[in-house]
Amino acid sequence: GKKNYKADGHPSGGVGVPGGGAVGGGGGGAVKTRKPDNTAFKQQRLPAWQPILTAGTVLPAFFIIGLIFIPIGIGIFVTSNNIREYEIDYTGTEPSSPCNKCLNVSWDSTPPCTCTINFTLEHSFESNVFMYYGLSNFYQNHRRYVKSRDDSQLNGDNSSLLNPSKECEPYRTNEDKPIAPCGAIANSMFNDTLELYRIDNDTRTPITLIKKGIAWWTDKNVKFRNPTGDGNNLTALFQGTTKPVNWPKPVYMLDSEPDNNGFINEDFIVWMRTAALPTFRKLYRLIERKNNLQPTLQAGKYSLDIAYNYPVHSFDGRKRMILSTISWMGGKNPFLGIAYITVGSICFFLGVVLLIIHHKYGNRNTSADIPN
Amino acid sequence: VYCVSKKTINNGKMTLFNNSIKTSKYNFFTFLPLNLFEQFQRIANAYFLFLLILQLIPQISSLAWFTTVVPLVLVLAVSGVKDAIDDFNRHKSDKHVNNRPVQVLINGMLKEQKWMNVQVGDIIKLENNNFVTADLLLLSSSEPHSLTYIETAELDGETNLKVKQALTVTAELGEDLQKLTEFNGEVRCEAPNNKLDKFTGTLTLRGEKYALDNEKMLLRGCTIRNTEWCFGLVIYAGPDTKLMQNSGKTTFKRTSIDRLMNVLVLVIFAFLGLMCLILAIGNGIWEHDKGYYFQVYLPWAEGVNSASYSGFLMFWSYVIILNTVVPISLYVSVEIIRLGNSFYIDWDRKMYYPLNDTPAQARTTTLNEELGQIRYIFSDKTGTLTQNIMCFNKCSINGKSYGISSGMGRESELSKAEKVDFSYNPLADPKFAFYDRSLVEAVRLNDVPAHRFFRLLSLCHTVMPEEKKEGNLVYQAQSPDEGALVTAARNFGFVFRARTPETITVVEMGETKIYKLLAILDFNNVRKRMSVIVRSPEGDLTLYCKGADTILYELLHPSCNSLKEETTEHLNEFAGEGLRTLVVAYKSLEEDYFQDWIRRHHEASTALEGREEKLSELYEEIEKDLMLLGATAIEDKLQDGVPQTIETLAKANIKIWVLTGDKQETAMNIGYSCNLLNDDMEDVFVIEGSTSDDVLNELRKKMKPDSFLDSDEINIQFEKSSKKQIIIPDEQANGVYGLVITGHSLAYALEGNLELELVRTACMCKVVICCRVTPLQKAQVVELVKKYKKAVTLAIGDGANDVSMIKTAHIGVGISGQEGMQAVLSSDFSFAQFRYLQRLLLVHGRWSYIRMCKFLKYFFYKNFAFTLVHFWYGFFSGFSAQTVYDEWFITLYNLVYTSLPVLGMSLFDQDVDDRWSMLFPQLYVPGQQNLYFNKVVFVKCMLQGIYSSLILFFIPYGAMYNTVRSDGKAIADYQSFALMAQTCLLIVVSVQIGLDTSYWTVVNQFFIWGSLSVYFAITFTMYSDGMYLIFTASFPFIGTARNTLSQPNVWLAIFLSIALCVLPVVGFRFLKAQLKPTPSDKVRRNYLIKPEILLSMAWARWGAALHRLGSAWSVSPGQELATAIVPSKKHRNPSGGGSVEPQALNTSLLH
Repeated sequence: GKKNYKADGHPSGGVGVPGGGAVGGGGGGAVKTRKPDNTAFKQQRLPAWQPILTAGTVLPAFFIIGLIFIPIGIGIFVTSNNIREYEIDYTGTEPSSPCNKCLNVSWDSTPPCTCTINFTLEHSFESNVFMYYGLSNFYQNHRRYVKSRDDSQLNGDNSSLLNPSKECEPYRTNEDKPIAPCGAIANSMFNDTLELYRIDNDTRTPITLIKKGIAWWTDKNVKFRNPTGDGNNLTALFQGTTKPVNWPKPVYMLDSEPDNNGFINEDFIVWMRTAALPTFRKLYRLIERKNNLQPTLQAGKYSLDIAYNYPVHSFDGRKRMILSTISWMGGKNPFLGIAYITVGSICFFLGVVLLIIHHKYGNRNTSADIPN
Repeated sequence: VYCVSKKTINNGKMTLFNNSIKTSKYNFFTFLPLNLFEQFQRIANAYFLFLLILQLIPQISSLAWFTTVVPLVLVLAVSGVKDAIDDFNRHKSDKHVNNRPVQVLINGMLKEQKWMNVQVGDIIKLENNNFVTADLLLLSSSEPHSLTYIETAELDGETNLKVKQALTVTAELGEDLQKLTEFNGEVRCEAPNNKLDKFTGTLTLRGEKYALDNEKMLLRGCTIRNTEWCFGLVIYAGPDTKLMQNSGKTTFKRTSIDRLMNVLVLVIFAFLGLMCLILAIGNGIWEHDKGYYFQVYLPWAEGVNSASYSGFLMFWSYVIILNTVVPISLYVSVEIIRLGNSFYIDWDRKMYYPLNDTPAQARTTTLNEELGQIRYIFSDKTGTLTQNIMCFNKCSINGKSYGISSGMGRESELSKAEKVDFSYNPLADPKFAFYDRSLVEAVRLNDVPAHRFFRLLSLCHTVMPEEKKEGNLVYQAQSPDEGALVTAARNFGFVFRARTPETITVVEMGETKIYKLLAILDFNNVRKRMSVIVRSPEGDLTLYCKGADTILYELLHPSCNSLKEETTEHLNEFAGEGLRTLVVAYKSLEEDYFQDWIRRHHEASTALEGREEKLSELYEEIEKDLMLLGATAIEDKLQDGVPQTIETLAKANIKIWVLTGDKQETAMNIGYSCNLLNDDMEDVFVIEGSTSDDVLNELRKKMKPDSFLDSDEINIQFEKSSKKQIIIPDEQANGVYGLVITGHSLAYALEGNLELELVRTACMCKVVICCRVTPLQKAQVVELVKKYKKAVTLAIGDGANDVSMIKTAHIGVGISGQEGMQAVLSSDFSFAQFRYLQRLLLVHGRWSYIRMCKFLKYFFYKNFAFTLVHFWYGFFSGFSAQTVYDEWFITLYNLVYTSLPVLGMSLFDQDVDDRWSMLFPQLYVPGQQNLYFNKVVFVKCMLQGIYSSLILFFIPYGAMYNTVRSDGKAIADYQSFALMAQTCLLIVVSVQIGLDTSYWTVVNQFFIWGSLSVYFAITFTMYSDGMYLIFTASFPFIGTARNTLSQPNVWLAIFLSIALCVLPVVGFRFLKAQLKPTPSDKVRRNYLIKPEILLSMAWARWGAALHRLGSAWSVSPGQELATAIVPSKKHRNPSGGGSVEPQALNTSLLH
């Protein structure tokens, strides 16, 4: 490329006075003059790199970017395509769907409405499989929803536990008791239960779903903490609070294991990390690969048992269950690959166009016809 | 107070102040409220206060309070602290001044008092080098004739000594404290005003009335010099003094970019309103269609019971969020950039003049970028184009012409002539040079007219002599012309030696003579002449007069007619050489008539009303039937580099109008010698007398016949628009023309309805010279062009007569030269030599303009790209005014993350360096045409910003839609998305600033890389465990940086956004440079690639410059170019080497 370092060009001599000649540069005299200092900064002569857009820099840049982007794009695209993903919409809006009966379920229906959906995996899932629930048309990114929480309370601050932030309104208190966890996010926590069975010759083998290790480490260990006090009895620690309005049971009864109960319940933590867009998926369970001989999920028949507690029909929401493997770049997402290939090709194409233009018109300007 | 003198003020009730002054604005308690009140009067601050109030309403608040408060408090604090420091300094200086001691006469004793306790009517004693306490009436002084010398540097900047003299009747008081105490008079004077050079009053003492004028006043701000002591009576004190009356408010000049910016801010507000409206409507619809049903999980806010009300609230919420399209830092940054670029002007060694140790000075720091847009320059001649160092060069005495001109390139002629030897005269000034022996001989042969001529020159003037050592005379002259004439007389044997108010001592051919000075009929711009009436030792009464030829010729006795003709011939010859001419005449007076006249003169001069009219009548009465003596010709040499400068500026498409008080011939000659007029011109029109519009029409017919057709665009435009708002577009004449117009015709044209015709005709000419114009006319001409051409104008001058034009033009430049400091004091920029103007405009002006334009372009771009992402997100978040970014990012984006790189660019950027700016004046033209920042450019910035914001939203959107991290955990959460979007944004705008920066100094590198590093450092800090545990509520983004920035697809999305945002810009700029290169593109490309071109270009220009210089010197108007002087290579390159270092060449070339 044509890049020049501009050296300190001007000689340091004083101002020449043509004709006059009587006065020298002045500088060295003992008398204090008002002559400005001769520093590169004050004289605006700081050495500098002056890049310019020439054919020699721009055209190669376009070609190189094109040549880099296209293979990257192909790589991403192939990677993304190799990911196994299976998705079931179990909202039950279609009358034929097994979950149609649960469509208008309410929060506090006991016993829960259950439904089972059978499905077949065409291909086996070789590596670890991740089970997600997905919601659509659910505005977890609404401003009032996003701020409707009290991070201090969730961090185990005892005063916030009993006196939650105003942001939690209208889910701050219930029957004069502070709600723990307060706010609209917690109140609307996803509470469907999903169970997966492999159907092998009419026998249903439950597949082990691991419920721990689904939240960010920082969330689980730093951001969310149970209140502290005497002993580890969560029931005592949450004394004086009440459960969120929609919840069937209080927060300290989310799980039987103490390190997955209360505010540090991972399902709760995952839910509390609000989604950026109205269509999102959240990690529900992990299915670990048992051994190297068998794929995690073989091709074949499976059934999904749903305890349908979470109503979304009233606002046209959709619920999905997703099984997916992942790659080095995360889940299945064809967008990046296609975008890279497209941008790379356009770059390359533009490079060619610019090259032609440069050849046709550029030469007449590159000659030394500086205006004068 | 036991003051014995009384003072009455004309206009009845008026409080008299004591002498304490107060320039400070605040005190300790009023500072905060007053200063805040003042600051919130600025629209930008008020706007942010309004936003802050909006944010305090809980239903609306969409951003945390600190996003607005932090920048606002910062801005308020910075200006507040600046104001506080200024005011503290003012307090200090007030206190210092008010507590200065002065001796006041109390009860017949001199007592030391503080300045602030001095009151009107007090008599005070001042000693040498004291500051004058208040405006005083001089009563008496230690010097003979109660003269008092003062220096007025603090008042008007002039450093030459001035003399004041007390009335004889008060001078008698001397330093007799008893008499002074008993002094009982009544002073009547005008109300306090700010006219420094005028005072009218009377002193009534023992029933007698005495006239008081400015000559008897010592004004506050002056310093007593060369005077042991003096007594004065306080007339005006404290705020009434002329000094304080003058420290009024100055009119603020604003640049065209300022005005454009205000318009754009309004446009942006409208745009903001539109966006908010769209989003508010969107919210209404969303709440109606979806939000209403989503209430199972998210109930409506308290008090909101309908979708439309929610939409209304959301409108204001979005106003808060989207307000960053007009960030508060815009105004602060603009000020900083202007200040920085002003400092560069102060620091430029190439605009420093070593001879009088004067650096250039940017006195106004808010106008820099307008220096890059000048289209018209209005220049004074004397002292601006010329040196204003006057040499007595030629004269005509009694019809005989003497003298050979020096300078103007006639060195061959000069070297032949020998310098006249003045050694016979011990008092001669050794620096004086004259080249014609015949005049000396005439003087030595006692030629009567020659003697009378030089006697006149030694008597008729207002010069002050200073003789510190015996025989070592120094003249203090207020006008350099007078100094030159008196010096000439001195060398020819008529030495002006001393002056008292009543006498003038002259050593005439070695013989000391004392003339009685009976009256001085002083000079002014209307009279254009001065006279003295003296009585010689022999007792003869004579009036000596010198003045402009046009005036004096009317006053001559008819008997001089033949002499008049001869002298006229000489005068024309002198003027043709560009010399300044004066005619001198005398008249013997009758004793009786004179006694009568002087009595009437006394009456008139003590009159309180109409004093000036009465006096001028008397002057006219006595100044008639004069006998012509001859004429003087004074040379005023051109300043160095004037022709080259003018040529360069002309190439930069700047039109130069010379406005001078000189006469037409002189002006035209200077025009030729400084390359304004030349023989390449089709024609040089001269308009004089009261020529009517026919002439102007005729001229236009010649220059552009088409312009009379009805079909001419401009005529059509005139028809349409009302008379007041006509803007004359540039018209191209069919050749190069020059126009010379006299003040008389100008007055005629300005009075009549010919303004338009005049401007239209004049602007078709390449050069316009207005001669014989008054200061007011100068301002009128500038105003005219401002009004009808809508062009940026610059006025440059050095004298008090240029002040009005300097103040009128968009930019006023003062030359700090020989004629005092008044022009400089009212100017925006000042320097010592005209030739620095090209550097000021072509280098500093151009850079300032380009930097400011680049700054504004980038600034609007980055804020559009930043803000509009929220707009797109609105469509995916239920129009709920949810921000895309972390609130801390919003707070810091303009203040920390992006402020320094753009400031760095705006302070250091150079598209081409100074040498190339000067070598290619055409680079200046885009600025004049406003090409780098205008409404179209702004719209382009906006579109680019909108495009970038789309990319910055949809690439992260696509990249994380329905996807997860590489460990299967969530990444599509709001916090990760926010971090991703803001990281993309910050890198994209940093790359963009890198692309815009064409001059990467260390500082730029540091700022750009530093800002990016600071972003990551701050982000990781704010999202760290520690910060969260301490301030849980403020930093909810804990862990996001670690978890998200470690993901490969986040970085893939970031690179994709950069490529998509930047590559189109690169391609577009490259194409533009290929297909439609600007001059700066060409210069950059050629010079950065092939530096050797510089050399050849420099050769070519050097040759051409010398060529033109030569022709300008050797050719007088109308003549054909005789020989073209093309210097040989050897001459050009004294070192003899074949190749010359380009820089060295340029440094010598460009000075």
